[in-house]
Amino acid sequence: MSGVRVLVGTRKGAFVLTSDGSRKSWRIEGPHFAGWEIYHVKGSPADPKRLYASQSSGWFGQVLQRSNDGGKTWEAAGNDFQYEGTTGTHTWYDGSPHPWEFKRVWHIEPSLSDPEMIYAGVEDAALFASRDGGSTWAEMPGLRTHETAPSWAPGAGGLCLHTIVIDPTNPDRMFIAISAAGVFRSEDAGKSWQPANRGLRSNTMPDEDAEVGHCVHRIAIHPSRPNTLFMQKHWDVMRSDDGAESWREISGNLPTDFGFVIDVNSNEPDTVYVVPITSDSHHFVSEGKLRVYRSKTGGDDWEALTNGLPQKDCYVNVLRDAMTVDQLDPCGVYFGTSGGQVYASADGGDSWDAIVRDLPPVLSVEVQTLK
Amino acid sequence: MIQVVLPKNLQILAGVGRIVELHVSGPVTQRSILDALEESYPALLGTLRDRNTKKRRAMIRFFACEEDLSAESPDAELPQEVASGKEPFLIIGAIAGGWVYG
Repeated sequence: MSGVRVLVGTRKGAFVLTSDGSRKSWRIEGPHFAGWEIYHVKGSPADPKRLYASQSSGWFGQVLQRSNDGGKTWEAAGNDFQYEGTTGTHTWYDGSPHPWEFKRVWHIEPSLSDPEMIYAGVEDAALFASRDGGSTWAEMPGLRTHETAPSWAPGAGGLCLHTIVIDPTNPDRMFIAISAAGVFRSEDAGKSWQPANRGLRSNTMPDEDAEVGHCVHRIAIHPSRPNTLFMQKHWDVMRSDDGAESWREISGNLPTDFGFVIDVNSNEPDTVYVVPITSDSHHFVSEGKLRVYRSKTGGDDWEALTNGLPQKDCYVNVLRDAMTVDQLDPCGVYFGTSGGQVYASADGGDSWDAIVRDLPPVLSVEVQTLK
Repeated sequence: MIQVVLPKNLQILAGVGRIVELHVSGPVTQRSILDALEESYPALLGTLRDRNTKKRRAMIRFFACEEDLSAESPDAELPQEVASGKEPFLIIGAIAGGWVYG
């Protein structure tokens, strides 16, 4: 029988939530790594028992954890993330040069075919790879040494590489996103990179449509259409149909187009989900209502999904790695909030239930569909 | 044997209890204790000091014999009570409750 395993990273530990395919009754395990910030937990598509977790702390730095049994037990893997060669400077908040400094791993992206191969997106922004299950790491320096890198500036969360998307039809083709530099695309498995931000406009920059400098919060694709990408930018929800060569706005009738998450229904490549957030100064949902917005037309036309979600006195945020979809039919959609709730929909968003309500603030949510 | 007290988070990470006992050859200093600690518990590499520069992480403190030794040279000999195992070498996570990491 099928089932799902939801992997939740929080400000104070990781949790593993499991259910059968009905997704009605849940078992909650954790906290793993209690007291540590868990920016991301993700399983290998090639071996569902192999999980990776990014564990970090302001006191003790970065630890990378690995599980071989679906999260029952964990072992510390390698935490030696050294930039390759001489590191220069990027741009600081005030516009001055600032040295590149490793702080933490924001995002883990396991290979689609090899459980030992994983990528890590880090702060200050760079891409690392491990070919031995996280025991050792090497930077893929073509990104950080891009000619535009000295102009990259941090967003409020730091200069973070937070999104890694591997084209499922061509693993040499990758997309990453950095706050606040934007999207970069590689056609040679990460050796070289090109900015992919044409069509984005950001009024926080002197040149609103500059090649780089955009605060892209999240990008997502559907496996059947790797040339179509969806983006939640700082402001604006965007879409590309040419592999990120160009983008167009699809915010349409959203009540606000600021937000962090965006994801695509696993069975319907034109069904997209976002959670609008009031603004960049109000990092909480509008009008005290937690609403997921769904477009079944690939953008522009959005409907509010509220059944089972709080519609009064709710002031939570949903961070960029905190929404995901499973592979079942109907598609399951999951997201976690800054208030510690993890919500699940087993019907593509029509109705929602809280799997758990009182976790520490949720940083990331991933799901594994188990056969 | 040298006795080292670890903060709770690092006890869990290393899979040990509050106190670990270490054999240190030669002068007993912060550096020699941390070298021995990291050799015995590799999971602690990088959590107390920078892997390359060996500089203490900003929010880590070292106490012994009711003294704060954090700012002392890592190569300064520690008190005889620590070297003899009579007093522990305390590794402390700085008090920072309510700060961004709280």
